Amino acid sequence: MYSIDHKDLGTPAAISNEPVTLDIDGSPVTVPAGTSIMRAAALAGTRIPKLCATDTLKAFGSCRLCLVEIEGRRGFPASCTTEVAPGMKVRTQSSRLLQLRRGVVELYVSDHPLDCATCPADGHCELQDAAAELGVEGSRYASGGATQRGALQDASNPYFAFNPDLCIVCSRCVRACDEVQGTLALTIEGRGFESRVSASQHESFVESECVSCGACVEACPTAALTEKSPLGLGAPTQAVTTTCGYCGVGCSLKAEVKDTKVVRMVPNRAGTANKGHACVKGRFAFGYATHPDRIRRPMIRQRITDPWREVSWEEAIGHAAAEFRRIQGKYGPDSVGGITSSRCTNEETFLVQKLVRAALGTNNVDTCARVCHSATGYGLKHTLGESAGTQAFTSVMQADVIVVIGANPTDGHPVFASQLKRRLRQGAKLIVIDPRAIDLVRSPHIEAVAHLQLRPGTNVAVINAFAHVVVTEGLASNAYAEARCEVDSYRQWKAFVADARYSPEATEEISGVPAALLRAAARIYAAGPNSAIYYGLGVTEHSQGTTMVMGIANLAMATGNLGREGVGVSPLRGQNNVQGSCDMGSFPHEFSGYRHVSDGATRGLFEAAWNVKLASEPGLRIPNMFEAALDGSFRGLYIQGEDFVQSDPNTNHVVAALSAMECVVVQDLFLVETARYAHIFLPGASFLEKDGTFTNAERRISRVRKVMEPLAGLADWEVTMQLAQALGYPMHYSHPSEIMDEIARLTPTFRGVTYDKLERLGSIQWPCNDAAPDGTPTMHVGSFVRGKGKFYLTEYVATSERSTSRFPLLLTTGRVLFQYNVGTQTRRTANLAWQAEDRLEIHPDDAEDRGIADGDWVGVSSRTGDTVLRAIVSRRMTPGVVYTTFHFPESGVNLVTTENSDWATNCPEYKVTAVNVVRVGQPEAWQARIRAERSAQRSPALR
Amino acid sequence: MNIERLVAMANDIAAFFAADPNPDAAAEQVANHLRRFWAPRMRDAIKRCLQQGGAGLSPLARRGIERL
Repeated sequence: MYSIDHKDLGTPAAISNEPVTLDIDGSPVTVPAGTSIMRAAALAGTRIPKLCATDTLKAFGSCRLCLVEIEGRRGFPASCTTEVAPGMKVRTQSSRLLQLRRGVVELYVSDHPLDCATCPADGHCELQDAAAELGVEGSRYASGGATQRGALQDASNPYFAFNPDLCIVCSRCVRACDEVQGTLALTIEGRGFESRVSASQHESFVESECVSCGACVEACPTAALTEKSPLGLGAPTQAVTTTCGYCGVGCSLKAEVKDTKVVRMVPNRAGTANKGHACVKGRFAFGYATHPDRIRRPMIRQRITDPWREVSWEEAIGHAAAEFRRIQGKYGPDSVGGITSSRCTNEETFLVQKLVRAALGTNNVDTCARVCHSATGYGLKHTLGESAGTQAFTSVMQADVIVVIGANPTDGHPVFASQLKRRLRQGAKLIVIDPRAIDLVRSPHIEAVAHLQLRPGTNVAVINAFAHVVVTEGLASNAYAEARCEVDSYRQWKAFVADARYSPEATEEISGVPAALLRAAARIYAAGPNSAIYYGLGVTEHSQGTTMVMGIANLAMATGNLGREGVGVSPLRGQNNVQGSCDMGSFPHEFSGYRHVSDGATRGLFEAAWNVKLASEPGLRIPNMFEAALDGSFRGLYIQGEDFVQSDPNTNHVVAALSAMECVVVQDLFLVETARYAHIFLPGASFLEKDGTFTNAERRISRVRKVMEPLAGLADWEVTMQLAQALGYPMHYSHPSEIMDEIARLTPTFRGVTYDKLERLGSIQWPCNDAAPDGTPTMHVGSFVRGKGKFYLTEYVATSERSTSRFPLLLTTGRVLFQYNVGTQTRRTANLAWQAEDRLEIHPDDAEDRGIADGDWVGVSSRTGDTVLRAIVSRRMTPGVVYTTFHFPESGVNLVTTENSDWATNCPEYKVTAVNVVRVGQPEAWQARIRAERSAQRSPALR
Repeated sequence: MNIERLVAMANDIAAFFAADPNPDAAAEQVANHLRRFWAPRMRDAIKRCLQQGGAGLSPLARRGIERL
């Protein structure tokens, strides 16, 4: 079922600038060439009956309900598959057409129940509509769905059910799975009356390859595929357009609401990032927002071992302010700090960093991007001039060669992955650089031309070898690079990578990537003509994360693959507002717009606007804060929406640091792991409970709109304002739009952004200013933001984390489709049906060596700690490498990861930890302890 | 601040800039990085470490810290 306010135009829009004028029912209609008659009629306000057509799918022409008459043509062409032509005269209504359409509907009805009054479609059934419109009340051929009646229903999926009784076998679900999602999990099996929709090979939906994106459910014209959530909640009465709170794709969604309850989420067809698609998380997994675990009242306690005590907002905020001032009085102004959240809005992160800099008077502010894409910011800023990806998502549709490095888009960024797969199925070549055989390497109608299965920690050796091939085989675009980049740096870099130590033959021993394969891949990339690189945390979360980002930028500059559609360097951002939180000045060394705090002119601008003297020295980063806490010089921390204890490496170290502090304030939806070490808990608001904006991985600023009141009474920006007030630094905003106005005044790349413009344009990709009033889809067109691009010398430096006889395997961590980061949200949804625990993937050879079978408990130990997980024996892994996720706190995965970090940004080296893995009998004591502690720490309201 | 950790971090920074064929430029880039990204207490700690012999610091890290 579509969004309640969607008007289906029947077939997709044509991509043409050539106008065609035709006559439909006596009226002239002008549409782009390539438009179907059905769509042209719909645009002109004439609805042609249809069943198998919908505007998200290519015309199929199977139902024969949309027949029309065309002057001069014989027969009755289907309007969905017939394109408009100049001067064409079309009749959409006639007695003959009515007769034909009634016949078609009678045939459909002959195999469909006629109990519309009790049908779960609840009036949203296109067959019912067609029958009513054509006056069909029964069928001469049979009655009431004889052949499908009694077929087994499939309610295995937690979010939707399939009822074959109601299926008209129009194939819209199958085509949606193919064309929109790209998983090809559904098919029509059987022939004639035996035709049935089938998931995979006679499997239930939940056990099949179906990824539960919901595209099939949305496309279903009847109630054969029906969402479960609306059942019982009643029909929604209002649709509010907002932006998904999960990954960095930033899908535009319509929250359909009845009273104050969200009945369902429907992807917005007009959403530029997602174009009407969503994934299982965005579409279905929003129930956490009203989960009973939500904390609705502020709480305080004297010591972290004390029970929580519920208090008023006034008392909690007053206590927090008093504690911060007490600590600063005792230990100095730089003994406190704050953390902004990539899950909160731009306006909220801007306010937190403002509070830290202006009200607390220190630059000790950081954000959770520290542990994911901080290396992207540094690497791209230094080489290209801006700390952001270069392309819009749609750019991938112009790419001829797509390189995916250290990313798993089908799990981490599923809606972008659907677009990516569409391009690959059109013929673009795919190169995957990843230690694991991610799904993209080989999936239906997709196969990577090269999978470089490198050893973890050797990215830079591989990218340098790529560059070596490009330079030594004369494949570089010298004219481009010399015109657009600093020539000296380019020549120096060419000489550097041309050295024999970076030949693929020399690096093969380091990386494990066969030289011939690497040479072939490099040649394909260089040949393009449009070659695009997409990368994820497999690039940044290394001790050489920044070096690798620079290496990628070097390669793109040298081959001329920047500054137009189809090319570029695109980091796939993890959380919904990682880009935005970085843009908003969340890092301790820079203000919004990535301007260093030592820049007197910029600092003066902020001092004038904020009426306060600001510090000119960089503050502490998150890991530095932990070190300073342990040496006694850092004592108080305000944490908005980040769960260090689960997400950051070396858990024991993090816990020790937090335990050493005198005032930890956690603002979150739930009592997260970090809250166990907090003295003050301030209830947060979900993305459904506030206004604001998120900025996605393509720099797209989109509105977040409130659809329900904050459960605890205050949105996060209001909490920060109250804390600032209590600290003696009042802030005066009556709506987040006023915060955005301030951001725009103070940030050149946001200068032209207003809520009014966002309302008008739908979304805006920054930079948005006088030079680009409607935003900038593609960056570095004509010249780089920094003027001339700069090549950096990217020497490969082996990580100190190496496999040894004691720790012979390398652990790398990541995430899966159905869970999200530390799982705070998705663990409180039905997504648990697919993944309810973190598991360790291990290659069959490594498993056999250790006597490990699929499902066994295995102990994982490193130099920092131990934990226990269940094993999955999988050929996705390469021998010597194991993999797990960090979605569940009881897994304690970050007990094992180390303090190693990127040289430039301190982004942790999550992707390389030397471990030992042994078969064990039962879960670790840690997991038993964490369960007991969590139970003991529940809020008074939950006890 | 944990001086061993700071030494390791300084060495990692120096290892990146060591690729610069100009030793003076490399040392200045190390120093510049420390100025721009390390909080004053971290710079003070690493300077004190160097004054006390700089155990564990790489040669380039030392030269960079000397410029602070």
